[in-house]
Parts: sequence; structure tokens; C-alpha cells
Amino acid sequence: MSIEIGHFALVLSLAVAILQMLLPVAGVRFGDSGLMRLADRAAALQFLLVGIAFACLTAAYLSSDFSVRNVFENSHSLKPLIYKFSGVWGNHEGSMLLWVLILALSGAAVAAFGQGIPLKLRANVLSVQASISVAFLLFTLFTSNPFERLLPPPLEGRDLNPLLQDLGLAIHPPLLYVGYVGLSVAFSFAIAALIDGRVDAAWARFARPWIRGAWIFLTLGIAMGSYWAYYELGWGGWWFWDPVENASLMPWFAATALIHSATVMEKRGALKVWTILLAILAFSLSLLGTFIVRSGVLTSVHSFASDPARGVIILLILCLFVGGSLALFAWRAPQLQQGGLFAPVSREGALVINNLFLSVICVAVFVGTLYPLALEAWDGSKISVGPPFFNAVFIPLALPLIMAMPFGQQLAWKRGDIAAVAQRLAAAIALAVFATLLMFAYLGEKGALAPIGVGIGLFAIAGSISEIVTRAGRGGASGFLRRALGLPISAWGSALAHAGVGVMVLGVSATAYEIEHIANVRPGESFKLGTYELVLSEVQQRQGPNYRDLVAVFDVRSAGVFEARLEPAKRVYTARQMPTTEVARLTRGFGQIYVALGESADQGPVPVRAYWKPFVLFIWLGAVLMAFGGCLSLTERRIRVGAPVPARKGSTKAVRA
Amino acid sequence: MTRKQRRFSLIGLGGLVLAVAAGLVLFALRDSVAFFRSPTEVADQKVRPGERFRLGGLVEGGSVDKGVGERIAFVVGDGKATVRVSYIGILPDLFREGQGIVAEGVLQPDGVFRADTVLAKHDETYMPREVADALKKQGVWKEGRKPGNQKTGEGGSALKTQ
Repeated sequence: MSIEIGHFALVLSLAVAILQMLLPVAGVRFGDSGLMRLADRAAALQFLLVGIAFACLTAAYLSSDFSVRNVFENSHSLKPLIYKFSGVWGNHEGSMLLWVLILALSGAAVAAFGQGIPLKLRANVLSVQASISVAFLLFTLFTSNPFERLLPPPLEGRDLNPLLQDLGLAIHPPLLYVGYVGLSVAFSFAIAALIDGRVDAAWARFARPWIRGAWIFLTLGIAMGSYWAYYELGWGGWWFWDPVENASLMPWFAATALIHSATVMEKRGALKVWTILLAILAFSLSLLGTFIVRSGVLTSVHSFASDPARGVIILLILCLFVGGSLALFAWRAPQLQQGGLFAPVSREGALVINNLFLSVICVAVFVGTLYPLALEAWDGSKISVGPPFFNAVFIPLALPLIMAMPFGQQLAWKRGDIAAVAQRLAAAIALAVFATLLMFAYLGEKGALAPIGVGIGLFAIAGSISEIVTRAGRGGASGFLRRALGLPISAWGSALAHAGVGVMVLGVSATAYEIEHIANVRPGESFKLGTYELVLSEVQQRQGPNYRDLVAVFDVRSAGVFEARLEPAKRVYTARQMPTTEVARLTRGFGQIYVALGESADQGPVPVRAYWKPFVLFIWLGAVLMAFGGCLSLTERRIRVGAPVPARKGSTKAVRA
Repeated sequence: MTRKQRRFSLIGLGGLVLAVAAGLVLFALRDSVAFFRSPTEVADQKVRPGERFRLGGLVEGGSVDKGVGERIAFVVGDGKATVRVSYIGILPDLFREGQGIVAEGVLQPDGVFRADTVLAKHDETYMPREVADALKKQGVWKEGRKPGNQKTGEGGSALKTQ
């Protein structure tokens, strides 16, 4: 019964979304504040209804109600509870429902926390937000309905793809979706500004927390996905430049550029038109990502349960929103007021360079990701664009950007002095050069790129520290700590986020020094891995709730002394008879020993692939640091308290929709 | 600096970065993309010697030789032609005889394809799209065929629509 309630609630939410799309914007048009105010309640109600629908589906999963087709196809009664729960979005229909839920949540959040936003802007934003809801609710209800019944109900379900039976599924998709869908708020703000025909620094102040929130989740979602692939797939890699990975990376680059350009817009009133365009593009890239992942048009190792037929409809939605918003942009943007002037050497100028590089990188990733599709449509030849392409294009573009980052952080607004900044950064530069030379001298046989990466990573970290030190250091050593803690929290936030980039670069550079060992091992045999020795003590069979394990028990020794026990396994899930590799990892410092098993013949030796990965955790710690820096900036007083309502200037010049 | 000069320097800088990026992209697209080839195309000697490419097809039944040491040998075919493949490393979990796979590497002068990557997707109903198309071309593909011995309809229906 409850599943019908869920279905009904979802249909009702569509009705509410349609009202929310039409009425507030009409209210703005005719100056009816009652209609405008309706947007808040509609957004809350829409979220409540989608929430009920989602709860009903979740209940069906938790109670293993196999009369629901979606549950039958993706669940199993023996599956551990946490996977029954996360299995709700481990399939196409459920993940679309999660998408719609988060979309409704974003709208409700704007209504709840955006009371400081002027009523007209809020009404427009929520109307645009609802139009996205309408499109995706229609899509979910008509092509991807998770509430279909199955008669007669089967006794047992088909189980979830074993690779998804992991804590990663409980964390990664929701994080990523909040990031993807959160960008819809930035999009709605941009469209609302275009509808209104007016955009000013206050707009940036209202939109910024939402952009930043989405960016934080996107950062964490991508990092979590990377870590999950690292330990789940057993390949020892953490980034494969796979289309599905790129699909999440493109909106990230756009969102990162957007955060920076919105800062310029808020502080200096410049880059208005560009910021609006970026907001549109960032969400368009999110939609493109959804299309790539859900349609499976590009061969990827990460996409599950994709369906080209339904993908086409997402493509239509994509074209509708991207085309519509860009057309609106082309029509309205020339009427927006020009921004302020600034000298090329200034904080603004540095942020323009930041935006330039980030968008060019984004375009390069876009070209590499979609080129195979274009070429196939052009002459039918099939190619794969893989890591060699992306490394060749990405690294030369990313390194100058990161190198320029500490300079930009220290330049003054309006007019900066590059020589003075270089002087303040002298220690950081010296450290970077020294580290590069040292690495090259000792580990030079691995090539020059990794030492340069280490140098640039250290430079980014030292540059961030130096920013805090210079800002707190004015006025001598006494009271330094008090002044440092008294700095605006956004200064700490930006320093931490930029240091996070450096930490990540260090982790990535360290992959050049990893040690790989592939061997066939029998019980009692051992092999060396850097300073460690791994001894295979025995091979055992184990029975899990819905799988069987073949476990190889390794003793890790260091200098002859027992350190730890590693138990990598080959796992077979009984329901689907599908094998997976269960990697075993041992963390030492920031590095990891990583052991994966291959499939062994009966009683034969066990094929083993083992790595020593120095500083590998820096890759994800860097991302966490970036996100944490973003969180700090979110707690800024300016945002918490709510911005003062700006004096309305130039309202006579503004165009009415 | 006037607005005009500022705009000019911005456009100049933007153009420069774009040009560098375009150069990088074109250069990399020429050198570091891998074409997809079927065993038939390899047999017809359509592959330049030393060219890096992706070989896709079905793993022939009974051809997998775990051999001695770490080297694994198997045969990939598309119903018309076959290519011997050798690979060092751990095969993906879903690598099975009769399963569609994609291997990336270089064809050796002795006709053996030396792979450094072997991909099989993480979904048992999956057939790499390129492999499915290549098999269709050879007439081996049957509409609605379900790869593996699966009972589910997903794989079949997904492939039918292509």
C-alpha cells in the first residue's frame, strides 16, 4: 500500500512544482506580493511530498517488498541493512528519485534560509528552480517510475550489483548529487537576474553561499568517488579520466571558477556578465554529466544501470534548459550594466587569470570527453581518449594556475604590486625551488615532472601560510597569535582551501614514487615491497551473509618484525554469481600498502598485485581540506547575519521582464 | 588604463591561453588516442606496426592460459578472426571465457597483441558498446542476445536499442 502513497505523493509534488513554476513569477510580473510569497510555501510542500515518496520507496527496500519491481531488481532479503538502504539509489529509477529529492531540498533550503533575499529575487529563483523540478519529475514519473508493481511478487530479489554493496554507495552519490543539484540554485539565481534584467554586487552576495555550498559537496563527492574506486576496483589507481569521472569534474571546474568570479562581483562589482554565464554553464555541465552517466553513450567503467533510450530524454531536457538559458542570456546580457574598472595587476586581474585557466581546462576536458562521440558521428571510427591525452593537456594547464595561485592570494584589490608580493613569497619560492632540486637530485630517475609537482605543491601550501603570516604579522611579533586568530574567518577559509590544492598536488606527485609488485604466491612464500616484506601465511574460505570469500592472509613485516595482518579476498556474491576483488590496505603515515588478489586456479598459487603508495592519502586529504576551507568561509558573519539590502540604484534603467 | 585597453589585454591573454590549450589538445589528440579495432580488422592488417590501439571482442572458450609466472595468454575473437593476446597483471573480476572485453596495447611483430590494460565492465550484463557493434558487423550478434548467462532483461534491451 505504502508504495502507492509514494507514487501519489510524487504526482502531487509535480502539481505543486507546476504551481511554483508559474505563480511566483506571475506575481513578480504583476507586482502581487501574495503570489510571490506563495513560492516559499510551495517549495517547502514540494520537498515534503518528494520526501514522502522517497521514504515510501526506502520503506519498501528495508522491508524487502519484492512486489515492487524496482526492489525486486535491485535488492535481496539477505543483504545487510545498510545496503538495503543505500540500494534505493543504486539503480536508475531510485537515483532519479534521489536527484529530484535533492532538487526539492535545494528549493526548500532557499525558501527557509533565504529570507534575507529580496522577495522578488527569491520568487523568481524559486520559480526557475521549480521549472527544473517539473522537467525531472515528469521524466521520473513517465520513464523511470520506481513505484511499479510486479505481479505475482517473486520470493527473492535479484540483489544489488556487488560492487555497489559498499559504504561508498551510501556516501558518494548523495554527496555528488547535492553538489550537482546544488548548482541548480546558482543557475536559478542567474536566470532570475536575467529575467529581472538587473544584476549587482548584492546579487553576488546572495548567490555566493549557495554556490559555495554546492561546491563543497561537489568537491567531497568527487574525492569520495575517487577513494571508493581506488579501494573497490582493485586496480590501484584513483583517477582514470573516465567519461563518468570527467562528467563530475567539468562542473567542478566551472563551479570553482564561479566561486572566484562571484567574489570579484561582490567585492568590486566587476565580471557581472561573465559570472552569470558561468552560473548557467556550471549547471548545464551538471546536466550534461547526468546525461553521460545515465545514458551510457560513452563507454565507462563506473556507470551502472544506464539506459540509452531514457538517456535521450535527459538529452532533450538538457537541450531545453541549456538552449533556453543561453538564448535568454544572449537577449538580456547586453542590457546588464557594465562592471567596474581595475588594473591588470590586481586581485581582480589574478582572479580573471584563475577563471581563464579554469575555464580553458574545463573546455579541454569537455573536448577530450566528447571527442569520441563526435568522431564516431562524423566518420564512424571508434576511438578512446584516455589518460595519455588528459595528462598531456591537463598538467601543462594546471601547473601554471597553481603556481600563480599564491601570487593572486596576496595581490591587493584594484591595483597590486607584483614585486612586493614576490618579496613576501620569497621564502615560499626558495622552499619550492630547494625541494624540487633535492627531489630531482635523489629521485631524478623517475623524471622531472614529479619533483616539479612536489615543488609546486609545497609552494601552494607555503604561499597560504605566508598569506596568514603576512596579514597577522603587521605590527611585530607580539600579539601575532591573537591577530592571526582575529583575521576574518574567510581569510582562514581561503588559505586552507588553497593549501588543500597544494596537499593534493603533493599526493598526486608522490604516485610517481609508488612501488608495484605483481607475483604468483604460494602459502609460506614472501615478497618484498619497498622496506616491507609480505608473507602469505595461508589461504582460507569464509562465508559471509550473501557472499563467499577466498581470503589470502598476509603477514606484513618490517625489518623482520611483524607489523600487521592483511586479508585481501576474492569474493563471489551468491545471488548473481559475480566475483569481486576485496582489496586490503594498511596505512602507514600518509602512505598505504595496497594488496589485491587475482583469480587463482584450484590449489594453484595466488596471483597478487601489491603496491606501496607513499603519501597517497594526501590526494583525498587535500580535497577534504579544500572543502573544509569552503565550510569556514560559509560560516562568515556577513553570510550568517544576512546582507544589508542594497540601495536600489539605476532602477529606472533596469529593464522589466 | 582605459576600458578599451583593458579589454584588449584581456582578450589577448585569453586568446594566448586558448591557443596554447588548443595546441596541446590537437597535439595530444594526434598522439595519445587509441582507435578501436576488431580482430577482423587486425587480421586484414589495417593496423600500422607499433600503433597503440584497443582490441575488442569475445574471449574464446578454452583459450585462457594462466601459464607460468605472471603472464596470462588468451585469444580474442569476433567470429571471423582471432588475435592472441598476452597480458601481465591481474585480470578484471568479470573476465571470463565468452565475455566481451576490451584490451589496450600494441601488436607485436609475431602477431601477438601485448596488452597493458584489460577492461571488462563492472556489470555482468554488460557488453562494451564497441564490441557489440563490431560483433554486429560480423553478423555474430543476435538481437536481444544477453551476454553471459544472465536472466535479466536489462543487458539485452539496452543493447537492442543501439
